Amino acid sequence: MLSENKKTLTNLTVPILSVVLGLVLGALIMLGFGYDPIAGYQSMINGALGSPFYIGETLRYASPLIIIGLGFSIANSAGFFNIGLSGQALMGWLVSVWVAISFPDVSGLILLPVSVIAGVLAGAIWAGIAGVLRAYFGTSEVIITIMLNYTALHVTNYLIRNVLTESSDATARIPEQASLRMDWLSQLAGGSRVNAGLFIAIVVTILVWIFMTKTTMGYEIRSVGMNPFASQYAGMNAKKNIILSMFISGGLAGLGGVLEGMGTFNNIFVQAGIPNIGFDGMAVALLGLSHPLGIVFSGLLFAMLKIGGASMPLGSGVPTEVVDIVIASIIFFVGANYLIRFFINKFSGKKDVKGGVK
Amino acid sequence: MPDTANVIEMRGITKQFGSFKANDNINLTVKKGEVHALLGENGAGKSTLMNILSGLLEPTSGEIYVNGEKVHITSPSASSRLGIGMVHQHFMLVDKFTITENIILGTEKTKLGFLERREAQQEIKELSERYGLFVDPSAKVESVSVGMQQRAEILKTLYRGNDILILDEPTAVLTPQEITELMDILRSLTKEGKSIIIITHKIEEIKAVADRCTVIRRGKSVDTVDVKTTSQQELADLMVGRSVSFKVDKTPAQPKEPVLTIKNLVVKENRGLEAVKDLSLEVRAGEILGIAGIDGNGQSELIHAITGLTKVESGTITLEGKEIQNLPPRVITETGLGHIPEDRHKHGLILPMTIYENMALQTYYKEPFSKNNFLNKEAMQKSARKLIEEYDVRTQSENSTAESLSGGNQQKAIIAREISRQPKFLIAAQPTRGLDVGAIEYIHRNLVEQRDNGKAVLLMSFELDEVMNVSDRIAVMYEGKIVGIVDPREVTEQELGLLMAGSSLEKAKALESQSGKESANVK
Repeated sequence: MLSENKKTLTNLTVPILSVVLGLVLGALIMLGFGYDPIAGYQSMINGALGSPFYIGETLRYASPLIIIGLGFSIANSAGFFNIGLSGQALMGWLVSVWVAISFPDVSGLILLPVSVIAGVLAGAIWAGIAGVLRAYFGTSEVIITIMLNYTALHVTNYLIRNVLTESSDATARIPEQASLRMDWLSQLAGGSRVNAGLFIAIVVTILVWIFMTKTTMGYEIRSVGMNPFASQYAGMNAKKNIILSMFISGGLAGLGGVLEGMGTFNNIFVQAGIPNIGFDGMAVALLGLSHPLGIVFSGLLFAMLKIGGASMPLGSGVPTEVVDIVIASIIFFVGANYLIRFFINKFSGKKDVKGGVK
Repeated sequence: MPDTANVIEMRGITKQFGSFKANDNINLTVKKGEVHALLGENGAGKSTLMNILSGLLEPTSGEIYVNGEKVHITSPSASSRLGIGMVHQHFMLVDKFTITENIILGTEKTKLGFLERREAQQEIKELSERYGLFVDPSAKVESVSVGMQQRAEILKTLYRGNDILILDEPTAVLTPQEITELMDILRSLTKEGKSIIIITHKIEEIKAVADRCTVIRRGKSVDTVDVKTTSQQELADLMVGRSVSFKVDKTPAQPKEPVLTIKNLVVKENRGLEAVKDLSLEVRAGEILGIAGIDGNGQSELIHAITGLTKVESGTITLEGKEIQNLPPRVITETGLGHIPEDRHKHGLILPMTIYENMALQTYYKEPFSKNNFLNKEAMQKSARKLIEEYDVRTQSENSTAESLSGGNQQKAIIAREISRQPKFLIAAQPTRGLDVGAIEYIHRNLVEQRDNGKAVLLMSFELDEVMNVSDRIAVMYEGKIVGIVDPREVTEQELGLLMAGSSLEKAKALESQSGKESANVK
């Protein structure tokens, strides 16, 4: 029991220390460029949490990130690296908006859920392609999903320009009744774009936690991820689990895209490159140690960095470029958590010896 | 007279993990030029002690002297500088590298940044000839036998100039021939003045090769004895702390109807060669059929084919009257199969998962463990607690991970899971590999109990003793075929050995009686 407690302690220490070290490095970078780090971070915190509007925006930004992070964690539990979350999110965004603008006269009670489900399915199928190829032909899901990111990008841009509009860069807004925006919520949050996606994110987090820990399917997915051979020995269907986990992972990424399309922007526009949201979602899942609660916290942190960072140039004169470096350095330490783990072990090992000598 | 200076002296070594003392005030002295055995049950603390000596762990308290000087060993490289080299149970080799590259890894000699490969190869050749450690220096590790990999590991320590060698369970992975070779190598090493510490729980091997033996039980050093003057029984009793029996108590088998029938089975291994060739076999209710043979003669493929883990090329396998070849593993399991797999870490357990999750691995999808696709954690835990109690699995709780169990307890957990399902047919593949006598005794008793309950048991083992002691009939497998079925009460170990090496039954009998006569003539 004691060693288990110690293990969870280390598990918690690592992400917290990652963030602290990232903030310290960020401060050093700001100092190096001649800016005041305290003022910088102050304006960041203000910009993220300083008013109802900023809080609303932070929550708005965090919602799809959390859902996409959960998507990554499910594929990851089954032993797959779904790097195509961006493409899957983009497909979800595209299809949900497409469905919504195609039926402007249908009641919101039908149009809203149908559009959401269509978007989720689009993301699920996009990831499912990689799952099926992996299960039946043994192709690497990493390569396939990277390629599908580009395919999604260019298919989306083509469809916006040639099918959804007449060579325009953005579609019309989705009908009012299909939007996830909620007036009372926006007003509560000082007119920010926070929307029903926030509640969707909360519900999905709980559902994913129940699915992974309480259901037979979740048990199978975890088993396959931890030991595919023993899972085969126990009669689990590996192909089914590979496809299922990718399908769910992509579906959640698609849902993240739906939140962007039907909540944040209420339309879809031509993308200059593969959207970052998928990669950020991956980082959120890794920082959150693939645990639903961890993902919620890391999603909120990412949102605070991004939304708060946007206020730094105005609030403290730190230019956007430096803000991005600061954010990147925090993410870098998240990625380098092996290093931190190494030092923690070294440190606690030494402490053991000292205690013994006394 | 050999030089009796102590090369290693460990005094009062204690290593504490949390509240658990893995080593508790252990004393160990190793003399120059001796083979010193470290005997103890699984989880007794042998490996912890040696990990301290090789610098992987630091002791909580205690002192270490190497060649009479007090030292602090803080890392494996510090240990190596003191002349201590360790050959781990799981080899530390890079599969894609050649043996030469592996041996010089970490101590490469270079000239202008280029490897001095030829010189290294020459040096390795000399070392290997001097100690009879035959290796192919230019072969890649992935393509050579386990025995050669081990010799490469030993060469690695010699190449670094180490003269105190620690071997952790060196025979666990070797065939009987390779074990004999290893014993010869150990003797030639000590002749050259090297000192060897060998960690093992196999008492015969200690009798065969060791000079002195320190027995460790539950983290404490119990005694250090002279091997020559101590009997096997005494060593076993010291290790377990009570009197153990080597003989398997059993009444003659009462075989009934066939439970498993295999006809003309052909199985290909993953390179596409036939590993099982036109094999036919029958296992009856109420008997233990032993499969003897040297590793790599198609035993694993045969078992994987029966259990549905490998595709069957042709032929039929009938279990309880139902043809099961090429059916999914779950269907076969539900037809009435229990399977204690050969590789408990690969197939038997999901190590990072909890014990209760592992114990439900074959039944999680059925009531009461699962209802409407939801797991019933409490039911799983309750059942696991019962099995832990019943099968004496030593663990803190059913919520600990399978990883945290010692090898013997991991095997007990698997056996509990497989036997408690009451399958009509039970496969036990290498069920006691790497376990100590106490656990072996327990497992053998369980297999016999299953037989007495009218179950059919198929026992596959590379250990002759085990096959001879436990089985009611022995099928000898050689190059994918059954070359003979013998009665363990009528066959000698020599005859069995010859069969395993490919002789026919008649030939084996003839050779045996001939050599018997010769030895009689000599007398």
